[in-house]
Amino acid sequence: MAVVEVRGVTKHFGAVHAVNGLSLRTEEGEFLVLLGPSGCGKTTLLRMIAGLEEPTAGEVLIGGDLVNGLPPRVRKIAMVFQSYALYPHMSVFKNIAFPLKAEGLDPQARKEKVEWAAKLLDIERLLDRKPRHLSGGERQRVALARALVREPSVFLLDEPLSNLDAKLRAAARDDLLEFQRRVDVTAIYVTHDQVEAMGMGDRIAVMNQGEIRQFGTPGEVYDDPADTFVATFIGSPPMNLLEHQDFLFGFRPEHFLPTEIAPPEGGTPLTYHVNRIEFLGSERYLYGHVYGFSENTKVIAMLPSTVTLPVAQDEDHEFVVVKGKMRFFDKETGLRASPRPL
Amino acid sequence: MATEVITSRRRRYLFDNERVLGSLLMTPAVIYIVALVGFPFVLAIVFALSDVTTGSRGFSYVGLDNFVRILDDPVFLRSLKNTFVFAAISNVLVVVLATALAEILVADFKGKWVVRFFVLLPWTTPISLATIMWLWTLDSLFSPIDWVLRWLGLIESNSYFLGKPGLAMASVVIVHTWRIVPLAAVIMMAGLAAIPHEINDAARVDGAGFWRKRFEITIPLLAPIIAVAVLFGVILTITDMSVVWVLTRGGPTNTTQVLATWSFLKGIEGGALSQGAAIALFLLPVLVALTALILRLARRVEVF
Repeated sequence: MAVVEVRGVTKHFGAVHAVNGLSLRTEEGEFLVLLGPSGCGKTTLLRMIAGLEEPTAGEVLIGGDLVNGLPPRVRKIAMVFQSYALYPHMSVFKNIAFPLKAEGLDPQARKEKVEWAAKLLDIERLLDRKPRHLSGGERQRVALARALVREPSVFLLDEPLSNLDAKLRAAARDDLLEFQRRVDVTAIYVTHDQVEAMGMGDRIAVMNQGEIRQFGTPGEVYDDPADTFVATFIGSPPMNLLEHQDFLFGFRPEHFLPTEIAPPEGGTPLTYHVNRIEFLGSERYLYGHVYGFSENTKVIAMLPSTVTLPVAQDEDHEFVVVKGKMRFFDKETGLRASPRPL
Repeated sequence: MATEVITSRRRRYLFDNERVLGSLLMTPAVIYIVALVGFPFVLAIVFALSDVTTGSRGFSYVGLDNFVRILDDPVFLRSLKNTFVFAAISNVLVVVLATALAEILVADFKGKWVVRFFVLLPWTTPISLATIMWLWTLDSLFSPIDWVLRWLGLIESNSYFLGKPGLAMASVVIVHTWRIVPLAAVIMMAGLAAIPHEINDAARVDGAGFWRKRFEITIPLLAPIIAVAVLFGVILTITDMSVVWVLTRGGPTNTTQVLATWSFLKGIEGGALSQGAAIALFLLPVLVALTALILRLARRVEVF
């Protein structure tokens, strides 16, 4: 277990600024998620921590030691790749044993450790197989076993679930978390999938354009987004943003409800025109716009299936934004602003 | 207006006929193969089973006599041995040099196009011209290599590269190697580029140093591609006559003779067409086997 810290790291690839003076510190044993759209620099940051890329500027510390310039093998890290990067010509046993062999462990000790790791991940029966004869989920377990076998102090995971189909992914998410809790190792997990980030992260660092836009618990980034980027990137559908005078205000689709079913404490009333209704089983999505604001500003409302109130297409309806759920942003910078009357 | 539509429709109708279009498109390839591969091949078999010479019009069937005669000839046996020895040694050198060169070809650095240009240059030069360049380089009197070695004080008198059996054989091997390395390097470059980046990254994270990564990851993954490169190289050396012909004409005293040059000497220079054909056909089974192997390997090259 170790704390990973980066201080003012910057990475330029020619004219491209992948990471821009970014600082971040994990807690011990924490599951930290780097979340952002593709090209935001999250993978580059992970690769700099791993030692696969050298930062243009700034410091990387693992367990309090400066590791700039050190090769990956001495950093006591293990990495799981998006494609798992299993060695295709080696059996599962040899794949898992490879880091131990590189460490110079003798064959007997190697065998014991491989069996220990295989048992932990329940893949003992696969040891003689080649990676191409494994399913996606099995490959992922082998990749985890290979990462685990050296008993690293930090796990780095680069979108390890994105190659699994949707059904497997939910189960794998669960497995992965349970596994991380059991081995009790600091994990840094890169993903562009906010569902994974919200579901797995102790804390989430939301990144965009090489910078951290917000760093906090899933609850914080969802309820109190630091700026309009975080507000619209997190949440599906995203937060509705409306322009008013010199500021923006936003609210989540689930906090925008018909007056009839609004909670007793009330809220801000808005007249809503419904253009289209999407029925998704467990909920209804309403697409429309709010009177008094541009018709081009789409506003989405989400009604859980427990709300049976009839809402018709192409009709106006009185809605409210639930009290205390309105968020305000500066129009120029997009940063959070203090609440003000509409 | 109306007639235009009809003519254009009729023309389209002709090319829409897949049988017509198909045969039309196939014809050049069929003519090419029949005229330049099929016909000479059949002719060679007919000649090898006959007593035909360049000097007479006589033609009679003699069965396998020609094969029995050439097998009795020590020069033939020497040529057969040389053919395989040259192919084997040059291709071992080719693999070692080409795997290293391939790394340079895939590497990203300033001025890489210059390096790529020079790596590929031997392959783009016509083989006879390139060999003539080597002929001058290895000249008994004016060899620049001799000149440098003398200047360094390593030798007293000229080496006569092409005049001594050992040096002549080494020269042939080196010229073959020099010629095939670019092709092999490009084939292996394609192989290297096909290894996913994440595999290399994983090996680095797993603690593999340069040599371990090379011998336990890169080379095993490259193995099928290396096999393809070697098979091409072997076929190119076995079937080539220009290098030996231009450099040594098989000399001194047949010590660098190979089947291709010996067949040419016997059949064309010596006039015994039938024996020349028999010598040339001798390698057919070997080449067929190698070709079959290439095709099988090429199909198996999906390790990932």
